[in-house]
Amino acid sequence: MSHHKVRITVNGTAGEDEVEARQLLVHYLRETRALTGTHVGCDTSNCGACTVLLDGRTVKSCTVLTVAADGGDVLTIEGLDEQGEMSPVQQGFQACHGLQCGYCTPGMVLSATGLLLEQPDPDDDAIRTGIEGNLCRCTGYDMIVDSVRWAAAHGGAGTAATAHAAHAEGKH
Amino acid sequence: MGSMVGASVVRKEDPALLTGRGTFVDDIRLPGTVHMVFVRSYLAHARILSVDTDAAQRLPGVLGVWTHADLDGLPATRSVPGMERPCLAKDKVHFVGEPVAVVVATDRYLAADAAEAVVVEYEELPVMASVAAATAEGATPIIDGLPSNVVLEQQLSATDAEAELAAAPHRLAIALVNQRCAAVPMEPTVCLADWQSSGLTIWATSQTPHHMRNEIAQMFGLSQQEVRFVAPDVGGGFGAKASFYPEFLLTAELSRRLRRPVKYVETRSENMTSMVHGRAQQHDVEVGFDDEGHLLALRVRITQDCGGWPDSTGIGLPTLTSFMSGGCYRIPTIAPSFRSVVTNTTPVGSYRGAGRPEASYMIERVVDRVAAELGIDPLEVRRRNFVQPGEMPYATQFEGIVYDEADFPGALDKLLEHVDYAALRAEQAQRRADPTAPLLGIGFSTFVEMGGFGPTPLFEQFGYVGGWESANVRLNVDGSAVIKVGTSPHGQGHQTAFAQIVADRLSVPFERITLVHGDTATVQEGIGTMGSRGVPVGGSAVFKAATKVRDKAIRIAAHMLEADESDIELADGRFSVRGAPDQGVDMAEVAVRAFKPHLLPDGFDLGLDETAHHEPSNLSYPSGAHCCVVEIDRDTGKVLIRRYVAVDDCGVVINPLMAKGQIHGGVAQGIAQALIEEVTFAENGQPGTGTLVDYTLPSAKDLPRYETDHLVTPTSFNPLGAKGLGESGATAAPQAVVNAVVDAMAHLGVRSIDMPCTPQKVWRVLQAATRNGS
Ligand code: FES
Ligand code: FES
Repeated sequence: MSHHKVRITVNGTAGEDEVEARQLLVHYLRETRALTGTHVGCDTSNCGACTVLLDGRTVKSCTVLTVAADGGDVLTIEGLDEQGEMSPVQQGFQACHGLQCGYCTPGMVLSATGLLLEQPDPDDDAIRTGIEGNLCRCTGYDMIVDSVRWAAAHGGAGTAATAHAAHAEGKH
Repeated sequence: MGSMVGASVVRKEDPALLTGRGTFVDDIRLPGTVHMVFVRSYLAHARILSVDTDAAQRLPGVLGVWTHADLDGLPATRSVPGMERPCLAKDKVHFVGEPVAVVVATDRYLAADAAEAVVVEYEELPVMASVAAATAEGATPIIDGLPSNVVLEQQLSATDAEAELAAAPHRLAIALVNQRCAAVPMEPTVCLADWQSSGLTIWATSQTPHHMRNEIAQMFGLSQQEVRFVAPDVGGGFGAKASFYPEFLLTAELSRRLRRPVKYVETRSENMTSMVHGRAQQHDVEVGFDDEGHLLALRVRITQDCGGWPDSTGIGLPTLTSFMSGGCYRIPTIAPSFRSVVTNTTPVGSYRGAGRPEASYMIERVVDRVAAELGIDPLEVRRRNFVQPGEMPYATQFEGIVYDEADFPGALDKLLEHVDYAALRAEQAQRRADPTAPLLGIGFSTFVEMGGFGPTPLFEQFGYVGGWESANVRLNVDGSAVIKVGTSPHGQGHQTAFAQIVADRLSVPFERITLVHGDTATVQEGIGTMGSRGVPVGGSAVFKAATKVRDKAIRIAAHMLEADESDIELADGRFSVRGAPDQGVDMAEVAVRAFKPHLLPDGFDLGLDETAHHEPSNLSYPSGAHCCVVEIDRDTGKVLIRRYVAVDDCGVVINPLMAKGQIHGGVAQGIAQALIEEVTFAENGQPGTGTLVDYTLPSAKDLPRYETDHLVTPTSFNPLGAKGLGESGATAAPQAVVNAVVDAMAHLGVRSIDMPCTPQKVWRVLQAATRNGS
């Protein structure tokens, strides 16, 4: 198995690592970078538990090879809060009880954040479409929709995500 | 401080989970951890001729490959005597996905590579992937040593109701299927075992850590103290994580042998075939009734497909279905019986509601069929048969099954305050007349289920030590409090709910209360979280322990204030003497004093640290009335849920926000069972739904908004008055949806449809009915 050197910035911290060609980004984040907030829920790219922002866009990190993210900038759930204060989306999930077991939650929060970066004021339908690729087995989604709407009304994607997106924009 | 119980406070557990700082099993890092991967059977029924592990052993990073033969003496997992399942298949495989060998390597990817290199030679055996095949004339017994595939048969009544059915003015036979569903918690099964000379520590995705500890200790011949079982954050369970899985034993055994921590992380595809499935019951029902729709006799013959190995919980579920077969109705004669059949499929165990949704679906479909047969409104038939509030507690014919306080008609009345039934019926008539309009259907479910699981005699039957729950409450000297509880949540919010209970009891700020759970080393004893027992049983234990602390604190305060105990009042964290409010001491002062023997009455037991157990006097019975309104597209058969309204009576509600969440989640799973989900197997036992590509879980686009409301009839079966509600939604929803779907097509003569009501199935029924009708 061939190995490759990659330089990937995660949550603002640059890293240079040697990885196997077949390694998935989600495993790179969890194992190499020790950021275990990003979860794995399936092996078919159906559940969305592994969703992160890569260069300003939401991706399922179980479908991205680490080598493909070389030179990239990743934002994970650990990088969303600012100086201990949760982002509006995170706050919205707590305020509206948008999570129960919390396993789908990091991916769901990142998807919602990505959605708000693109559409700052989505209606319910747009929210449901925006998180369609993220499965939650606990909540039945209704309160997740409420959470995203709450976030839209209280600051949207938040400063960390907005800065991440702006940086990506600059690179393109 | 206002009362915390009943307040919609946001959850204490959320910040950690929302910032990626929760701890799920796969997040735990122990130095030197190696990874276990299974070699699983790709055949549903076969004799194992040989397992060649040579090539795999030689691959880089591989520490070993083991088959059943290499693990001599490793005990089987508990089940019905004579039906215990070996950790790795012994001579035969019973279902696709059954583990045949394990590989351990230094890295997950390498272990997976090596598993691919193991060559198993099989001799194929006839596959019986359905109850029909497994019970056909001359079918081979799947479990060696048994005479047939029917592993358990029981009649739960003195009569088969034939005489009563024959005597009834009307008699109707109905066949119903409660299809096999998968629990699909978003976190699959994961475990990490570390066997040190001091004993074994195992972190695993489980709902029942203490029970698992007991099982493992017994299997390895260790004392319970030598096994520490930890269930940290667990990503959903829905009953399926209450079962004992062979991987728990295997990682432990291999850690012992390799002297390194061994981790197993199930893939989703593995999860779909190896985690227990739920439901999987067929019901052959006969009902006798009179001209007014009064139910006179009910005979239910249940056939359970219990999969390739009987699961120790799964095998008990048809009994619960039988007990609940009367629903919320007074039926003079009920005659349930069941048989459990082994087939070449994934084992069946508990899934949200476990045995009761099946009963509820059955009786609620029966009521609707009786209504259709007589041309009476389905709500009217329900009203005529309801057990009345004045008859509560209501002893059913089944010993020990006593419905607690409830108001079945009241729940329906409350539901109808939200639903303009007459207007809906009028709209339905209009739609029927207009062939271009989608059809409209209105479905009801008035249900009762079991919650607050215990008591001990019932739980012993499932292999547990007891049906009680335990709690310890300690007041620290800084005035903060810590709760230890034997329930082990996986999303239910116990940290928040139990802190609310203690905040009220001890007048300690909610923020200063911590919960410890899920670790047998730190929590005194426990049974676990299943059967909606968190608040009713766990919460009651917490309430009792807090009450003991409170009583003791009052004694100290009385001593400090030189007053009589009966004159001490506790409010806003401060003890004062009745009538002299300025004379007082606060909770922290009392907590400190609790450790000053020279300043306390002689013989005072130091500290404010109390343990209590709560054994429920009986099960509690959450009930309610749900309504579902559907639209059916005439061209595609697609069912759209236009409204879903739920009125639940779970007794006292501790936290309305979390209660809403539980109802939503349950209803979502119920709707999904009605419309989307079904685990399938081909005739040769190959899973048709082995990934999330094939087994469709509902997404946000598939589910509606829910409207919820409560009727509060406190139960007298526990000190909190709470009945539990985790399973209500999943119990109530399937029939509300299916009744609505059938109702939408009733004018075309449609009387039944099997779940899931997929567009294709609905379209076919619609086509056939239209052809016949016109
Ligand atoms: S783990 Fe990536 S989509 Fe499921
Ligand atoms: S909160 Fe449990 S899966 Fe979404």
